[in-house]
Amino acid sequence: MSDKDSANGPTLRGYAPDTAAIDALTSSPSRDVLGQTQPRTARPVTQQIRLKVNGTVHSLSVDTRTSLLDALRENLRFTGSKKGCDHGQCGACTVLVEGMRIVSCLSLAVMHEGDEIVTIEGLGEPGKLHPMQAAFLEHDGFQCGYCTSGQICSAVGMLTEHRKGWPSHATPDVAAASIPLSDAEIRERMSGNLCRCAAYPNILAAIKAAGAV
Amino acid sequence: MKPFTYERATNAQSAAHAVTQNPNAKFIAGGTNLLDLMKLQIETPAHLVDVSRLPLTRIEQKEGGLRIGALVRNSTLAADGHVRRAYPVLSEALLAGASGQLRNKATTGGNLLQRTRCMYFYTRDKPCNKREPGSGCSALQGINRSNAVLAPNDTCIAVHPSDMAVAMIALNASVETVSPAGATRAIPLNDFYTPASTHPEIETVLQPGELITSVSLPPPPPGGQSYRKVRDRASYAFALVSVAVAGNQIALGGVAYKPWRASKAEAALGAGASATEAADAEMKDAKGYGGNDFKIPLARRIIVSTLNDAQEKSNA
Repeated sequence: MSDKDSANGPTLRGYAPDTAAIDALTSSPSRDVLGQTQPRTARPVTQQIRLKVNGTVHSLSVDTRTSLLDALRENLRFTGSKKGCDHGQCGACTVLVEGMRIVSCLSLAVMHEGDEIVTIEGLGEPGKLHPMQAAFLEHDGFQCGYCTSGQICSAVGMLTEHRKGWPSHATPDVAAASIPLSDAEIRERMSGNLCRCAAYPNILAAIKAAGAV
Repeated sequence: MKPFTYERATNAQSAAHAVTQNPNAKFIAGGTNLLDLMKLQIETPAHLVDVSRLPLTRIEQKEGGLRIGALVRNSTLAADGHVRRAYPVLSEALLAGASGQLRNKATTGGNLLQRTRCMYFYTRDKPCNKREPGSGCSALQGINRSNAVLAPNDTCIAVHPSDMAVAMIALNASVETVSPAGATRAIPLNDFYTPASTHPEIETVLQPGELITSVSLPPPPPGGQSYRKVRDRASYAFALVSVAVAGNQIALGGVAYKPWRASKAEAALGAGASATEAADAEMKDAKGYGGNDFKIPLARRIIVSTLNDAQEKSNA
Protein backbone atom coordinates (compact mmCIF):
# COMPACT_ATOMS: atom_id res chain seq x y z
CA MET A 1 0.00 0.00 0.00
CA SER A 2 1.42 3.40 -0.97
CA ASP A 3 1.55 6.45 1.33
CA LYS A 4 -1.20 8.04 -0.75
CA ASP A 5 -3.46 5.09 -0.12
CA SER A 6 -2.75 5.31 3.59
CA ALA A 7 -3.59 9.00 3.65
CA ASN A 8 -6.97 8.26 2.08
CA GLY A 9 -7.77 5.59 4.60
CA PRO A 10 -8.23 1.90 3.97
CA THR A 11 -8.56 0.92 0.33
CA LEU A 12 -11.27 -1.16 -1.24
CA ARG A 13 -8.88 -4.09 -1.02
CA GLY A 14 -9.03 -3.80 2.75
CA TYR A 15 -12.80 -3.99 2.73
CA ALA A 16 -13.24 -6.53 -0.06
CA PRO A 17 -15.03 -9.49 1.43
CA ASP A 18 -13.42 -12.88 1.22
CA THR A 19 -15.93 -14.29 -1.21
CA ALA A 20 -14.62 -17.81 -0.83
CA ALA A 21 -15.18 -17.65 2.92
CA ILE A 22 -18.68 -16.26 2.44
CA ASP A 23 -19.47 -18.92 -0.17
CA ALA A 24 -18.31 -21.50 2.26
CA LEU A 25 -20.51 -20.18 5.04
CA THR A 26 -23.63 -19.64 2.96
CA SER A 27 -26.01 -22.54 3.20
CA SER A 28 -29.13 -21.27 1.48
CA PRO A 29 -29.69 -19.85 -2.01
CA SER A 30 -28.64 -16.21 -2.06
CA ARG A 31 -29.78 -13.28 -4.18
CA ASP A 32 -27.39 -11.18 -6.20
CA VAL A 33 -27.65 -7.42 -6.78
CA LEU A 34 -30.35 -7.92 -9.42
CA GLY A 35 -32.40 -9.99 -7.06
CA GLN A 36 -31.85 -13.20 -9.01
CA THR A 37 -31.54 -16.40 -7.09
CA GLN A 38 -28.07 -17.90 -7.23
CA PRO A 39 -27.46 -21.63 -7.07
CA ARG A 40 -26.67 -23.03 -3.67
CA THR A 41 -22.94 -22.89 -3.08
CA ALA A 42 -21.05 -25.80 -1.68
CA ARG A 43 -20.93 -25.87 2.11
CA PRO A 44 -17.98 -27.11 4.11
CA VAL A 45 -18.40 -30.72 5.07
CA THR A 46 -17.23 -31.85 8.47
CA GLN A 47 -16.54 -35.42 9.41
CA GLN A 48 -15.79 -37.13 12.71
CA ILE A 49 -12.60 -39.18 12.48
CA ARG A 50 -10.23 -41.08 14.72
CA LEU A 51 -6.51 -40.69 14.13
CA LYS A 52 -3.86 -42.78 15.85
CA VAL A 53 -0.88 -40.52 16.38
CA ASN A 54 2.23 -41.55 18.30
CA GLY A 55 0.37 -44.51 19.80
CA THR A 56 -2.69 -42.61 21.03
CA VAL A 57 -6.09 -42.55 19.32
CA HIS A 58 -7.58 -39.06 19.01
CA SER A 59 -11.18 -38.34 18.07
CA LEU A 60 -11.63 -35.13 16.14
CA SER A 61 -14.02 -33.34 13.86
CA VAL A 62 -12.46 -32.06 10.63
CA ASP A 63 -13.48 -30.33 7.44
CA THR A 64 -12.99 -32.96 4.71
CA ARG A 65 -10.50 -30.56 3.09
CA THR A 66 -8.14 -30.74 6.07
CA SER A 67 -4.73 -32.12 5.15
CA LEU A 68 -3.14 -34.63 7.47
CA LEU A 69 -0.56 -31.93 8.22
CA ASP A 70 -3.18 -29.38 9.29
CA ALA A 71 -5.03 -31.96 11.39
CA LEU A 72 -1.77 -32.81 13.18
CA ARG A 73 -0.77 -29.19 13.70
CA GLU A 74 -4.02 -27.31 14.16
CA ASN A 75 -6.37 -29.88 15.64
CA LEU A 76 -3.99 -32.07 17.64
CA ARG A 77 -1.22 -29.49 18.28
CA PHE A 78 1.62 -31.72 17.07
CA THR A 79 3.37 -28.63 15.77
CA GLY A 80 6.72 -30.34 15.23
CA SER A 81 5.69 -31.16 11.65
CA LYS A 82 6.16 -27.97 9.65
CA LYS A 83 4.32 -26.44 6.73
CA GLY A 84 6.81 -25.25 4.13
CA CYS A 85 5.43 -25.21 0.59
CA ASP A 86 2.14 -27.09 1.26
CA HIS A 87 2.55 -28.65 -2.21
CA GLY A 88 4.72 -31.69 -1.55
CA GLN A 89 7.89 -30.08 -2.82
CA CYS A 90 9.92 -29.29 0.31
CA GLY A 91 9.47 -32.26 2.67
CA ALA A 92 9.14 -30.15 5.87
CA CYS A 93 5.86 -31.92 6.70
CA THR A 94 7.25 -35.47 6.40
CA VAL A 95 5.75 -37.95 8.89
CA LEU A 96 5.72 -41.75 9.08
CA VAL A 97 2.47 -43.53 8.22
CA GLU A 98 2.51 -47.30 8.72
CA GLY A 99 6.28 -46.92 8.98
CA MET A 100 6.59 -45.24 5.56
CA ARG A 101 7.61 -41.62 5.10
CA ILE A 102 5.07 -39.43 3.32
CA VAL A 103 4.46 -35.71 2.92
CA SER A 104 1.48 -35.01 5.17
CA CYS A 105 0.48 -31.87 3.25
CA LEU A 106 -0.58 -33.91 0.20
CA SER A 107 -2.84 -36.27 2.09
CA LEU A 108 -6.29 -35.80 3.58
CA ALA A 109 -6.83 -36.41 7.28
CA VAL A 110 -10.05 -38.32 6.53
CA MET A 111 -8.03 -40.83 4.48
CA HIS A 112 -5.91 -41.85 7.47
CA GLU A 113 -8.46 -43.42 9.81
CA GLY A 114 -6.99 -46.69 11.03
CA ASP A 115 -3.40 -45.78 10.16
CA GLU A 116 -0.46 -45.72 12.55
CA ILE A 117 0.96 -42.18 12.32
CA VAL A 118 4.27 -41.16 13.88
CA THR A 119 5.42 -37.53 14.03
CA ILE A 120 8.70 -36.08 15.27
CA GLU A 121 7.11 -35.91 18.74
CA GLY A 122 6.59 -39.67 18.65
CA LEU A 123 10.15 -40.53 17.65
CA GLY A 124 11.71 -39.33 20.88
CA GLU A 125 11.53 -36.68 23.56
CA PRO A 126 13.97 -34.57 25.59
CA GLY A 127 16.14 -36.90 27.63
CA LYS A 128 15.10 -39.85 25.46
CA LEU A 129 15.97 -38.83 21.94
CA HIS A 130 15.69 -41.09 18.92
CA PRO A 131 19.20 -41.91 17.62
CA MET A 132 18.50 -39.82 14.52
CA GLN A 133 17.52 -36.81 16.63
CA ALA A 134 20.66 -37.22 18.74
CA ALA A 135 22.80 -37.49 15.60
CA PHE A 136 21.36 -34.26 14.16
CA LEU A 137 22.27 -32.49 17.41
CA GLU A 138 25.73 -34.07 17.55
CA HIS A 139 26.51 -33.18 13.92
CA ASP A 140 24.79 -29.80 13.89
CA GLY A 141 22.50 -30.96 11.07
CA PHE A 142 20.53 -27.72 10.86
CA GLN A 143 20.73 -23.97 11.06
CA CYS A 144 17.28 -22.39 11.41
CA GLY A 145 15.70 -25.75 12.20
CA TYR A 146 12.50 -25.34 10.20
CA CYS A 147 13.11 -28.32 7.92
CA THR A 148 14.65 -30.46 10.67
CA SER A 149 11.67 -32.48 11.86
CA GLY A 150 10.91 -33.36 8.24
CA GLN A 151 14.55 -34.24 7.60
CA ILE A 152 14.66 -36.50 10.65
CA CYS A 153 11.37 -38.31 9.93
CA SER A 154 12.43 -38.71 6.31
CA ALA A 155 15.86 -40.04 7.29
CA VAL A 156 14.28 -42.61 9.63
CA GLY A 157 11.94 -43.76 6.85
CA MET A 158 14.80 -43.76 4.35
CA LEU A 159 16.94 -46.05 6.50
CA THR A 160 14.00 -48.45 6.81
CA GLU A 161 13.68 -48.51 3.02
CA HIS A 162 17.39 -49.16 2.63
CA ARG A 163 17.29 -51.98 5.18
CA LYS A 164 14.55 -53.58 3.09
CA GLY A 165 16.96 -53.54 0.14
CA TRP A 166 15.16 -50.89 -1.89
CA PRO A 167 17.23 -49.44 -4.76
CA SER A 168 17.33 -45.75 -5.69
CA HIS A 169 18.07 -43.62 -8.73
CA ALA A 170 21.71 -43.55 -7.54
CA THR A 171 21.97 -47.36 -7.56
CA PRO A 172 24.14 -48.48 -10.51
CA ASP A 173 22.32 -51.82 -10.88
CA VAL A 174 18.75 -51.87 -9.57
CA ALA A 175 18.82 -55.68 -9.51
CA ALA A 176 21.78 -55.76 -7.10
CA ALA A 177 21.13 -57.84 -3.99
CA SER A 178 23.15 -55.58 -1.72
CA ILE A 179 23.28 -51.80 -2.04
CA PRO A 180 25.92 -49.97 0.05
CA LEU A 181 24.55 -46.72 1.50
CA SER A 182 27.06 -44.37 -0.12
CA ASP A 183 26.97 -40.59 0.21
CA ALA A 184 25.46 -40.44 -3.29
CA GLU A 185 22.75 -42.90 -2.23
CA ILE A 186 21.88 -40.88 0.88
CA ARG A 187 21.78 -37.60 -1.04
CA GLU A 188 19.52 -39.07 -3.72
CA ARG A 189 17.22 -40.77 -1.22
CA MET A 190 16.90 -37.51 0.77
CA SER A 191 16.28 -35.29 -2.28
CA GLY A 192 12.65 -34.77 -1.24
CA ASN A 193 13.78 -32.72 1.77
CA LEU A 194 15.02 -29.21 1.09
CA CYS A 195 17.13 -27.17 3.53
CA ARG A 196 17.33 -23.52 2.51
CA CYS A 197 20.10 -22.96 5.07
CA ALA A 198 21.99 -25.62 3.06
CA ALA A 199 23.01 -27.66 6.08
CA TYR A 200 23.30 -30.64 3.77
CA PRO A 201 26.88 -31.71 4.64
CA ASN A 202 25.98 -31.94 8.33
CA ILE A 203 22.63 -33.60 7.61
CA LEU A 204 24.54 -36.21 5.60
CA ALA A 205 27.00 -36.71 8.45
CA ALA A 206 24.16 -37.08 10.97
CA ILE A 207 22.35 -39.67 8.85
CA LYS A 208 25.55 -41.64 8.33
CA ALA A 209 26.19 -41.67 12.07
CA ALA A 210 22.64 -42.68 12.98
CA GLY A 211 22.58 -45.30 10.26
CA ALA A 212 25.99 -46.59 11.34
CA VAL A 213 27.19 -46.27 7.74
CA MET B 1 -9.81 -25.73 -1.91
CA LYS B 2 -13.52 -26.05 -2.62
CA PRO B 3 -15.64 -28.08 -0.18
CA PHE B 4 -16.37 -31.69 -1.08
CA THR B 5 -18.07 -34.73 0.36
CA TYR B 6 -15.99 -37.85 0.92
CA GLU B 7 -16.59 -41.58 0.98
CA ARG B 8 -14.28 -44.56 1.33
CA ALA B 9 -15.02 -47.22 -1.30
CA THR B 10 -15.38 -50.86 -0.35
CA ASN B 11 -15.07 -52.49 -3.78
CA ALA B 12 -14.00 -51.47 -7.27
CA GLN B 13 -17.36 -51.63 -8.98
CA SER B 14 -19.22 -49.75 -6.25
CA ALA B 15 -16.48 -47.10 -6.39
CA ALA B 16 -17.01 -46.76 -10.14
CA HIS B 17 -20.75 -46.56 -9.57
CA ALA B 18 -20.34 -43.93 -6.82
CA VAL B 19 -18.39 -41.66 -9.15
CA THR B 20 -21.16 -41.73 -11.75
CA GLN B 21 -23.86 -41.12 -9.10
CA ASN B 22 -22.37 -37.87 -7.83
CA PRO B 23 -22.02 -34.84 -10.06
CA ASN B 24 -18.41 -33.77 -10.46
CA ALA B 25 -17.02 -36.71 -8.48
CA LYS B 26 -13.49 -38.05 -8.67
CA PHE B 27 -11.53 -41.05 -7.48
CA ILE B 28 -8.69 -40.38 -5.08
CA ALA B 29 -5.90 -42.86 -4.31
CA GLY B 30 -2.46 -41.48 -3.42
CA GLY B 31 -3.72 -37.95 -3.92
CA THR B 32 -0.27 -36.47 -4.53
CA ASN B 33 -1.32 -34.79 -7.77
CA LEU B 34 -5.07 -34.36 -7.28
CA LEU B 35 -4.78 -32.62 -3.89
CA ASP B 36 -2.10 -30.30 -5.22
CA LEU B 37 -4.44 -29.31 -8.07
CA MET B 38 -7.39 -28.98 -5.67
CA LYS B 39 -5.44 -26.56 -3.48
CA LEU B 40 -4.91 -24.41 -6.57
CA GLN B 41 -8.59 -24.85 -7.58
CA ILE B 42 -7.53 -26.29 -10.92
CA GLU B 43 -9.44 -29.40 -9.93
CA THR B 44 -12.66 -28.72 -8.01
CA PRO B 45 -14.44 -32.03 -7.37
CA ALA B 46 -17.61 -31.88 -5.27
CA HIS B 47 -17.25 -35.50 -4.14
CA LEU B 48 -14.24 -37.76 -3.60
CA VAL B 49 -14.43 -41.54 -3.72
CA ASP B 50 -11.41 -42.86 -1.84
CA VAL B 51 -10.24 -46.03 -3.57
CA SER B 52 -6.96 -46.27 -1.64
CA ARG B 53 -8.14 -49.18 0.56
CA LEU B 54 -9.35 -51.40 -2.28
CA PRO B 55 -7.53 -54.74 -2.57
CA LEU B 56 -5.69 -53.83 -5.78
CA THR B 57 -2.21 -53.95 -4.28
CA ARG B 58 -0.78 -57.22 -5.62
CA ILE B 59 2.06 -57.74 -8.06
CA GLU B 60 1.44 -61.13 -9.69
CA GLN B 61 3.47 -63.06 -12.21
CA LYS B 62 1.11 -64.23 -14.92
CA GLU B 63 1.82 -66.21 -18.10
CA GLY B 64 5.43 -65.10 -18.14
CA GLY B 65 4.35 -61.50 -17.68
CA LEU B 66 3.26 -59.37 -14.76
CA ARG B 67 0.00 -57.98 -13.47
CA ILE B 68 0.39 -54.90 -11.29
CA GLY B 69 -2.56 -53.85 -9.12
CA ALA B 70 -3.65 -50.25 -9.72
CA LEU B 71 -2.96 -49.38 -6.08
CA VAL B 72 0.59 -50.74 -5.92
CA ARG B 73 2.72 -47.86 -4.66
CA ASN B 74 5.40 -46.53 -7.00
CA SER B 75 8.02 -47.30 -4.33
CA THR B 76 6.78 -50.87 -3.82
CA LEU B 77 6.77 -51.53 -7.56
CA ALA B 78 10.26 -50.09 -8.05
CA ALA B 79 11.58 -52.27 -5.20
CA ASP B 80 9.88 -55.51 -6.27
CA GLY B 81 12.53 -58.18 -6.82
CA HIS B 82 10.99 -59.60 -9.97
CA VAL B 83 10.52 -56.13 -11.50
CA ARG B 84 14.16 -55.28 -10.74
CA ARG B 85 15.41 -58.47 -12.42
CA ALA B 86 12.98 -58.89 -15.36
CA TYR B 87 11.85 -55.29 -16.00
CA PRO B 88 14.74 -53.12 -14.75
CA VAL B 89 13.71 -50.29 -17.10
CA LEU B 90 10.47 -49.97 -15.14
CA SER B 91 12.25 -49.89 -11.79
CA GLU B 92 14.72 -47.30 -13.10
CA ALA B 93 11.95 -45.10 -14.51
CA LEU B 94 9.99 -45.18 -11.25
CA LEU B 95 13.07 -44.31 -9.22
CA ALA B 96 13.82 -41.39 -11.54
CA GLY B 97 10.47 -39.81 -10.66
CA ALA B 98 9.42 -37.62 -7.72
CA SER B 99 10.87 -38.14 -4.21
CA GLY B 100 10.91 -41.01 -1.72
CA GLN B 101 7.95 -39.54 0.16
CA LEU B 102 5.86 -39.07 -2.98
CA ARG B 103 6.66 -42.53 -4.36
CA ASN B 104 5.40 -43.98 -1.05
CA LYS B 105 1.98 -42.42 -1.74
CA ALA B 106 1.70 -42.38 -5.54
CA THR B 107 -0.03 -45.39 -7.10
CA THR B 108 0.33 -47.21 -10.41
CA GLY B 109 -3.09 -46.13 -11.68
CA GLY B 110 -2.72 -42.58 -10.39
CA ASN B 111 0.69 -42.18 -11.99
CA LEU B 112 -0.85 -42.91 -15.41
CA LEU B 113 -3.57 -40.30 -14.79
CA GLN B 114 -1.43 -37.46 -13.42
CA ARG B 115 -1.90 -34.12 -15.14
CA THR B 116 0.72 -32.11 -17.00
CA ARG B 117 3.07 -29.76 -15.15
CA CYS B 118 2.93 -27.15 -17.95
CA MET B 119 3.26 -23.88 -16.03
CA TYR B 120 0.28 -22.33 -17.83
CA PHE B 121 -1.96 -25.21 -16.75
CA TYR B 122 -1.02 -24.22 -13.20
CA THR B 123 -1.45 -20.47 -13.73
CA ARG B 124 -5.15 -19.71 -13.48
CA ASP B 125 -4.96 -16.16 -14.80
CA LYS B 126 -3.38 -17.24 -18.10
CA PRO B 127 -5.19 -18.88 -21.02
CA CYS B 128 -4.84 -22.67 -21.19
CA ASN B 129 -6.92 -24.92 -23.45
CA LYS B 130 -6.38 -27.89 -21.16
CA ARG B 131 -7.64 -26.07 -18.06
CA GLU B 132 -10.22 -23.89 -19.82
CA PRO B 133 -11.08 -25.21 -23.29
CA GLY B 134 -11.20 -22.52 -25.94
CA SER B 135 -9.18 -19.96 -23.95
CA GLY B 136 -5.99 -20.47 -25.99
CA CYS B 137 -2.53 -21.89 -25.41
CA SER B 138 -0.12 -19.54 -23.65
CA ALA B 139 2.83 -21.86 -24.15
CA LEU B 140 2.91 -21.55 -27.95
CA GLN B 141 4.54 -18.13 -27.75
CA GLY B 142 5.32 -18.10 -24.06
CA ILE B 143 7.72 -19.95 -21.80
CA ASN B 144 7.77 -23.38 -23.42
CA ARG B 145 11.05 -24.89 -22.26
CA SER B 146 9.25 -27.93 -20.85
CA ASN B 147 6.77 -28.38 -23.69
CA ALA B 148 6.24 -30.86 -26.50
CA VAL B 149 8.19 -31.13 -29.75
CA LEU B 150 6.40 -34.17 -31.20
CA ALA B 151 2.79 -34.27 -32.44
CA PRO B 152 2.92 -30.50 -33.03
CA ASN B 153 -0.38 -28.62 -32.99
CA ASP B 154 -1.71 -25.17 -32.12
CA THR B 155 -4.10 -26.25 -29.36
CA CYS B 156 -1.94 -27.64 -26.57
CA ILE B 157 1.76 -28.47 -26.36
CA ALA B 158 1.78 -29.75 -22.78
CA VAL B 159 3.69 -32.97 -22.10
CA HIS B 160 2.68 -35.99 -20.08
CA PRO B 161 4.92 -35.89 -17.01
CA SER B 162 5.20 -39.57 -16.05
CA ASP B 163 8.46 -41.53 -16.03
CA MET B 164 6.78 -44.84 -15.14
CA ALA B 165 4.46 -44.69 -18.15
CA VAL B 166 7.39 -44.20 -20.56
CA ALA B 167 8.89 -47.50 -19.43
CA MET B 168 5.46 -49.16 -19.55
CA ILE B 169 4.90 -48.00 -23.13
CA ALA B 170 8.27 -49.49 -24.10
CA LEU B 171 7.22 -52.73 -22.36
CA ASN B 172 3.88 -52.98 -24.29
CA ALA B 173 1.77 -52.55 -21.15
CA SER B 174 -2.01 -52.69 -21.16
CA VAL B 175 -4.42 -51.06 -18.73
CA GLU B 176 -7.28 -53.07 -17.24
CA THR B 177 -10.42 -51.29 -16.07
CA VAL B 178 -13.86 -51.89 -14.61
CA SER B 179 -16.93 -49.85 -15.59
CA PRO B 180 -19.76 -48.78 -13.27
CA ALA B 181 -21.84 -51.62 -14.78
CA GLY B 182 -19.11 -54.12 -13.92
CA ALA B 183 -17.75 -54.61 -17.45
CA THR B 184 -14.01 -55.05 -17.72
CA ARG B 185 -11.71 -54.24 -20.61
CA ALA B 186 -7.99 -54.10 -21.42
CA ILE B 187 -6.61 -51.06 -23.26
CA PRO B 188 -3.11 -51.06 -24.75
CA LEU B 189 -1.30 -48.23 -22.95
CA ASN B 190 -0.19 -46.89 -26.33
CA ASP B 191 -3.89 -46.33 -27.18
CA PHE B 192 -4.81 -45.03 -23.71
CA TYR B 193 -4.02 -41.33 -24.17
CA THR B 194 -6.04 -39.18 -26.58
CA PRO B 195 -4.48 -36.52 -28.83
CA ALA B 196 -4.13 -33.03 -27.40
CA SER B 197 -4.93 -31.37 -30.73
CA THR B 198 -8.71 -31.67 -30.48
CA HIS B 199 -9.76 -31.86 -26.82
CA PRO B 200 -6.72 -31.28 -24.61
CA GLU B 201 -8.96 -31.24 -21.53
CA ILE B 202 -9.74 -34.93 -22.19
CA GLU B 203 -6.58 -36.97 -21.80
CA THR B 204 -7.54 -40.65 -21.88
CA VAL B 205 -10.10 -43.03 -23.40
CA LEU B 206 -11.53 -43.76 -19.93
CA GLN B 207 -15.29 -43.34 -19.73
CA PRO B 208 -16.99 -41.58 -16.79
CA GLY B 209 -16.66 -43.74 -13.69
CA GLU B 210 -14.33 -46.26 -15.35
CA LEU B 211 -11.70 -47.31 -12.81
CA ILE B 212 -8.22 -48.67 -13.53
CA THR B 213 -7.81 -51.96 -11.69
CA SER B 214 -4.42 -53.15 -12.93
CA VAL B 215 -1.66 -52.76 -15.49
CA SER B 216 -0.33 -55.86 -17.24
CA LEU B 217 3.06 -56.38 -18.82
CA PRO B 218 3.79 -59.15 -21.34
CA PRO B 219 6.97 -61.18 -20.82
CA PRO B 220 10.04 -58.94 -21.06
CA PRO B 221 11.41 -58.67 -24.62
CA PRO B 222 14.83 -60.19 -25.33
CA GLY B 223 17.72 -57.75 -25.08
CA GLY B 224 18.94 -55.14 -22.63
CA GLN B 225 16.85 -52.51 -20.89
CA SER B 226 17.69 -48.97 -19.85
CA TYR B 227 15.99 -45.73 -18.77
CA ARG B 228 17.75 -42.42 -19.14
CA LYS B 229 16.30 -39.11 -17.96
CA VAL B 230 17.65 -35.62 -18.53
CA ARG B 231 16.41 -32.86 -16.25
CA ASP B 232 17.37 -29.48 -14.82
CA ARG B 233 18.42 -30.97 -11.46
CA ALA B 234 20.14 -34.26 -10.69
CA SER B 235 17.14 -35.41 -8.65
CA TYR B 236 13.49 -34.64 -7.94
CA ALA B 237 12.59 -32.87 -11.20
CA PHE B 238 10.46 -33.68 -14.20
CA ALA B 239 12.07 -34.85 -17.42
CA LEU B 240 13.14 -32.54 -20.18
CA VAL B 241 13.70 -35.65 -22.25
CA SER B 242 13.69 -39.27 -21.18
CA VAL B 243 14.16 -42.50 -23.11
CA ALA B 244 13.17 -46.05 -22.20
CA VAL B 245 14.65 -48.96 -24.11
CA ALA B 246 13.56 -52.57 -23.71
CA GLY B 247 15.23 -54.77 -26.32
CA ASN B 248 14.19 -53.30 -29.67
CA GLN B 249 11.32 -51.33 -28.11
CA ILE B 250 11.81 -47.61 -27.51
CA ALA B 251 9.68 -44.93 -25.83
CA LEU B 252 10.28 -41.23 -25.13
CA GLY B 253 9.15 -38.97 -22.28
CA GLY B 254 8.98 -35.19 -22.02
CA VAL B 255 8.43 -34.70 -25.73
CA ALA B 256 4.69 -35.21 -26.40
CA TYR B 257 1.20 -35.17 -24.90
CA LYS B 258 1.67 -38.84 -24.12
CA PRO B 259 4.56 -41.18 -23.38
CA TRP B 260 5.75 -41.57 -26.95
CA ARG B 261 6.37 -44.91 -28.63
CA ALA B 262 9.30 -44.35 -30.99
CA SER B 263 7.93 -46.59 -33.73
CA LYS B 264 9.82 -44.81 -36.53
CA ALA B 265 13.11 -45.37 -34.75
CA GLU B 266 12.16 -49.01 -34.13
CA ALA B 267 11.31 -49.51 -37.81
CA ALA B 268 14.59 -47.95 -38.87
CA LEU B 269 16.57 -50.19 -36.53
CA GLY B 270 14.63 -53.19 -37.83
CA ALA B 271 15.66 -52.23 -41.38
CA GLY B 272 19.32 -52.20 -40.36
CA ALA B 273 19.81 -48.48 -39.65
CA SER B 274 22.34 -47.27 -37.07
CA ALA B 275 21.20 -45.86 -33.73
CA THR B 276 21.92 -42.34 -34.99
CA GLU B 277 19.90 -42.90 -38.16
CA ALA B 278 17.05 -44.35 -36.09
CA ALA B 279 17.04 -41.34 -33.77
CA ASP B 280 17.03 -39.01 -36.77
CA ALA B 281 14.07 -40.87 -38.26
CA GLU B 282 12.07 -40.46 -35.05
CA MET B 283 12.77 -36.75 -34.62
CA LYS B 284 12.50 -35.81 -38.29
CA ASP B 285 9.02 -34.29 -37.89
CA ALA B 286 9.68 -32.65 -34.53
CA LYS B 287 8.88 -28.97 -34.12
CA GLY B 288 10.28 -26.55 -31.56
CA TYR B 289 8.51 -23.47 -30.25
CA GLY B 290 11.58 -21.45 -29.27
CA GLY B 291 12.26 -22.31 -25.66
CA ASN B 292 12.11 -26.03 -26.28
CA ASP B 293 14.09 -26.19 -29.55
CA PHE B 294 16.96 -27.78 -27.63
CA LYS B 295 14.83 -30.87 -26.98
CA ILE B 296 15.10 -32.03 -30.59
CA PRO B 297 18.88 -32.57 -30.75
CA LEU B 298 18.85 -33.60 -27.08
CA ALA B 299 16.26 -36.32 -27.76
CA ARG B 300 18.32 -37.58 -30.70
CA ARG B 301 21.40 -37.91 -28.53
CA ILE B 302 19.59 -39.52 -25.61
CA ILE B 303 17.94 -42.08 -27.91
CA VAL B 304 21.40 -43.06 -29.19
CA SER B 305 23.04 -43.17 -25.75
CA THR B 306 20.18 -45.15 -24.18
CA LEU B 307 20.22 -47.67 -27.06
CA ASN B 308 23.96 -48.08 -26.53
CA ASP B 309 23.50 -48.42 -22.77
CA ALA B 310 20.83 -51.12 -23.22
CA GLN B 311 23.11 -52.93 -25.67
CA GLU B 312 25.97 -52.86 -23.17
CA LYS B 313 23.71 -54.23 -20.43
CA SER B 314 22.59 -56.97 -22.79
CA ASN B 315 26.22 -57.92 -23.52
CA ALA B 316 27.02 -57.94 -19.81
